[in-house]
Amino acid sequence: MMPTGTKRAVMNFHGVKCPYNYVKTKLALEEMELGQIVEVIVDEGEPARHVPKSITADGQTLLEIFKDEAGLVHLVIQKTKEY
Amino acid sequence: MHAGTVFLIQDLSQRKRGETPGFFRSQFINVEVMEHGLDFLRGMTTRAARHPSFHQTEHAMFQFTDKQIERYSRHIILPQVGGKGQKKILSSRVLVLGAGGLGSPAAYYLAAAGVGTLGLVDNDVVDHSNLQRQILHATPDVGTYKTTSAARKLHKLNPDCRILEYIMRVKSGNILDLIEKYDIVLDGTDNFPTRFLINDACVMAKKPLIHAGVFRFEGQAMTILPGSGPCYRCLFPEPPPPGLVPSCQEAGILGCVAGVLGTLQAVEALKLILGIGDLLVGKMLIFDALEMQFRRVTVPRNPECPVCGEHPTITKLIDYDEACELT
Repeated sequence: MMPTGTKRAVMNFHGVKCPYNYVKTKLALEEMELGQIVEVIVDEGEPARHVPKSITADGQTLLEIFKDEAGLVHLVIQKTKEY
Repeated sequence: MHAGTVFLIQDLSQRKRGETPGFFRSQFINVEVMEHGLDFLRGMTTRAARHPSFHQTEHAMFQFTDKQIERYSRHIILPQVGGKGQKKILSSRVLVLGAGGLGSPAAYYLAAAGVGTLGLVDNDVVDHSNLQRQILHATPDVGTYKTTSAARKLHKLNPDCRILEYIMRVKSGNILDLIEKYDIVLDGTDNFPTRFLINDACVMAKKPLIHAGVFRFEGQAMTILPGSGPCYRCLFPEPPPPGLVPSCQEAGILGCVAGVLGTLQAVEALKLILGIGDLLVGKMLIFDALEMQFRRVTVPRNPECPVCGEHPTITKLIDYDEACELT
């Protein structure tokens, strides 16, 4: 479960195509400390399917995934493994 | 390619897997040759990351632009590279000696990969006979210095890459100052005097060297990490006398064989920069295009090597006389 009240960076990759949305997410995660959390916003469809798959394959943890009113998909990711 | 190596390749090609490792001796070969997988050099470190003389400049503050993220995305995606690895590549400095058959593909891939500084050394101009294999040059470049022709293409390919041209021939008096500015040296030269000079200079300066040579349908590659593994002289203590060097008429080359070997040199350079994988340290990779076969033979360090052995007899760089240019 996501810790409540935890401050986190938000990165909006609306309109960013695959695989660049994943590449940008990975670059951000590389700079983060273990345990830190980032919220990544991606388009629905291919990005919403591929980005979670790729970051979990990297050993990171997807804490939460939800869709907002605009139809954008929010991925709450915790860094649980160093790159 | 050294005449002795041709002999070695021919001998190996006649042997079958599983045969007892051989011990080859000729005027220029004094090397135990073993099939890949039978033996590895005991205690030898071939992992790039452990090489003590390979240091890089600070790159922690580097930020990618959107264009760079796009350009290098297929590198960054790789778990073994990532953003950190790409930053290492962008901070690296590689010197390519010879902008010909080997140097062309090597420099092209290194520039494409984003190597920060690429030095190109060649004193020759582009000739029609080069165009069959030296893929950095094109017909309108005939008569232009190879470094200039190459730099033009490489800059177009990747403006991130700083290209430095050296229109010169390396000699005992200038090579040490030249290689000092670089992290890795890549030998794409075509003659024995220069090959031995480069080897000796890299050993003395403790500079990683990626060697390759091509001849007809064959090629060889080896990575030399001075202090960690054998050098070229461990395998061939002296250059061959002019009589044993193939004549110009004998020294044809299938163009794309140079492409294969030059590309392998770029692969080794990038692995060394990234600190990943096993390098061709203490191992010579031999490519036979006609048989379409790669073979890897172990090359032990020679304690009596005249330049990197326990009691070196060569302590000053030597300018050997030119015998014949092979490619």
